[in-house]
Amino acid sequence: MDKMPKWADVVLIPLISLCLALIVSGFVVLAIGEDPIRAISIMVNGALSSTNKIGYTLYYATNYMFTGLAVAVAFHARMFNIGGEGQAAISGVGVAVVLLAFDWPHWTIALPFAILGGGLFGAIWAAIPAYLQARRDSHIVITTIMFNYIAAAMMGFLLNGILKNPNSQVAESVNFPAGAHLPTIHEMLAPLGIGFSKSAPANVSFLLALFCAWLVWFLLWRTRLGYAIRAFGHSPHAASYAGISAFKITMIAMIISGALAGMLSINVVMGEQERLIQFFVEGAGFVGIAVALMGRNHPIGIILAALLFGMLAQGGFELQFEYPEISKEMVLVIQGTIILFTGALDYMVRKPVEKIFARLREGQS
Amino acid sequence: MANENLQERQETVAPAIELVGISKAFGPVQANKDISLSVARGSIHGIVGENGAGKSTLMSILYGFYKADAGEVFIGGVKTRIPDSSAAIAAGIGMVHQHFKLVENFTVLENVILGMEDGGLLKPSLAKARKLLKELSDEYELSVDPDALVENLSVGHQQRVEILKALYRQADILILDEPTGVLTPAEADHLFRILVGLRDQGKTIILITHKLREIMEVTDTVSVMRRGEMTATVKTKDTSPEQLAELMVGRKVLLQIDKKPATPGAPILEIENLQVVDDKGVERVKGVSLEVRAGEILGIAGVSGNGQTELLEVLGGYQKATGIIRVNGEEIDLTGKYSDGQSRRHRGIAHVPEDRQSEGLIMDFMAWENAIFGYHNEPAYNKNALMMDNLAIRAETEAKMERFDVRPPNPKLEAKNFSGGNQQKIVLAREIERNPDLLLVGQPTRGVDIGAIEFIHQQIVELRDQGKAILLVSVELEEILSLSDRIIVMFDGHIMGERDPANTDEKELGMLMAGMETDGGAA
Repeated sequence: MDKMPKWADVVLIPLISLCLALIVSGFVVLAIGEDPIRAISIMVNGALSSTNKIGYTLYYATNYMFTGLAVAVAFHARMFNIGGEGQAAISGVGVAVVLLAFDWPHWTIALPFAILGGGLFGAIWAAIPAYLQARRDSHIVITTIMFNYIAAAMMGFLLNGILKNPNSQVAESVNFPAGAHLPTIHEMLAPLGIGFSKSAPANVSFLLALFCAWLVWFLLWRTRLGYAIRAFGHSPHAASYAGISAFKITMIAMIISGALAGMLSINVVMGEQERLIQFFVEGAGFVGIAVALMGRNHPIGIILAALLFGMLAQGGFELQFEYPEISKEMVLVIQGTIILFTGALDYMVRKPVEKIFARLREGQS
Repeated sequence: MANENLQERQETVAPAIELVGISKAFGPVQANKDISLSVARGSIHGIVGENGAGKSTLMSILYGFYKADAGEVFIGGVKTRIPDSSAAIAAGIGMVHQHFKLVENFTVLENVILGMEDGGLLKPSLAKARKLLKELSDEYELSVDPDALVENLSVGHQQRVEILKALYRQADILILDEPTGVLTPAEADHLFRILVGLRDQGKTIILITHKLREIMEVTDTVSVMRRGEMTATVKTKDTSPEQLAELMVGRKVLLQIDKKPATPGAPILEIENLQVVDDKGVERVKGVSLEVRAGEILGIAGVSGNGQTELLEVLGGYQKATGIIRVNGEEIDLTGKYSDGQSRRHRGIAHVPEDRQSEGLIMDFMAWENAIFGYHNEPAYNKNALMMDNLAIRAETEAKMERFDVRPPNPKLEAKNFSGGNQQKIVLAREIERNPDLLLVGQPTRGVDIGAIEFIHQQIVELRDQGKAILLVSVELEEILSLSDRIIVMFDGHIMGERDPANTDEKELGMLMAGMETDGGAA
């Protein structure tokens, strides 16, 4: 018998955590002498009040879906991939190389190759720590963190070297060919007669993220490989009894994870920037960890958590802008509190809720 | 022994322990239902019952781990509240857990005084404990080297340290939870002598066990629990193992398996000079050679940790080894690419592993996912190169659960929600229904209730009668003796000898298990 119904696990507990986090953040805002109600309403309005703002929210949410899924796949194989940041950064190089190689005639042709390029580079960046874990027993948490630093340095090296746009003062590549432009949501909805902000960066990658979520669900719960990944993740010892190769699962799970993290560059590099810049990941790799935790490593949960974190990111920018007394650091405190409550303090909420459900059940029987 | 005296005392003195109307529920599960029990001072009282009958819950209430929903506890006639284990110790109750709670890298003395030091400095406490240990060891055969590190002691000696710990805390009532599970028969006999000695000195002992032989041998009275209820309390001398088994299960049980003589055919498994060195560089199997023929059960007896586990792991494909193993006359790969579980299964080897919870099953997987574990690459379970055929697997699992009487027969229930016996049936159904040439079975009935033991034994014998080779590893001598057609005893990675079950007994096997040669070599 499960301790509580599934909906409570996936929806109710995160909601309670979120409310607690908002209350605590409210006190923090109160403590610096500002109005928490106003702050929260600015954040919510800032994330949802216009199609422009929704467009930004969806754009961030797309990133977090990719990195959240990346963390989740590795997690199902009992690995903590903290390297989403680096894998996404390196995947940008893959996307840039593919898109700069040809004068692409149309995005529908460019996109599959960009996905391949970005996915491959992200996968390679994840495969090296995976190999070190599988063969040399180097802990994946340590190696993926190190690889984030290496990736950051590599980006600086490449964008100040062979990938640098000679006509630019900053470290960035030349613009991608116009044919590689991904349709934004505005461009997708316009033919249907639905108005959407022209300047919002959300693009077709949002649909790619939803598709990836479905793909991850299909992989884990419908395929033989997913079965083996989950078996290994639950019990490596039992997996060895069954003849499931630890080496193979470690490699494959991390390769998939890295490729998913790499999809972030489709959204940012190909969709929004249309050139490669140096710091385009902007911490999304780390937010992915919180998203996966909050989404309980299930694609549906991850979609919902990514939307929430997208709102937080966009609402946070607006708050900074609209309410100058609340500094950028304060916004980080609010976001951090929410991550703390929804991710790390899960058990604080879970135990009492389980008890309540146990009591309810007793009452029925 | 002191039975007349005992009865006299019973009439005059309040019972050592009296439980009245104890109830405890965990959510919807009623673990203890209105249990009343009275244990006379200076007696050994056995409590038997299947797994999940509520024995451990009852003892946990007595020792302060759980709080009863209802009911009262009287210790020596005085109503006592036991909110935690320190209250239990203060009331004179000592507990020897199934899994010892000792600090491995402390000496015996240090373990004995742990938590009972008489002040900031250890020396006075240690001296006091040393003196007491000396007295106890003279009095009750409880001899242990007080300065030995616990990690260097045998399991039997570690258990004595646990008993000494309780006595040092001035326990009058000693609860032992499945104390013989890890002991050789000789060690178990020694333990019983200690218990009898303690009883004769007026201590009260509660012995929780599922082994009826022990109950018959050592207890004065015995209580039977079934499904959270106390179904009977009887004088041991007025009952029989058959009656107790019936009380435990609620129906008649065959304690001895009824099987025809074996008709061994061609050798299926041949092992020559097998050697295993584990990850830490310790030599676990030191040159084992054996053979299992079609249509016979070869039983391997031995105290756990003497190389049997590694032997099974090598055959199962997840432990490297040197030597030669042939299955159906063909040599198998012991170190290379084909030394994995998948290759072994292709060779017709099925494996019911010793530890079903960490190897045989994924506890968080549903029954249907577990029912194909290890065989998930079989074409029958897959729709195409990518997708599993979940519906077909579920349907097949449901049929299998029906045939193996797994309760509840719900393929969507997670493995952790089945009882030990039903978990084992899921593993057994999976492995036996593959119709293997060779079945490896490790501890088939560990933590399995009597009703299910009977069924599991029947399935194994049936497979033998179909002409399959079976290699059985068990620490339960009764099981080895009743199932095997030939018995091999392993000690310290060696084979100590082979015996014919018809011409040997627990005593002889017990000596071999302890590494002592016996003269009955010709099997």
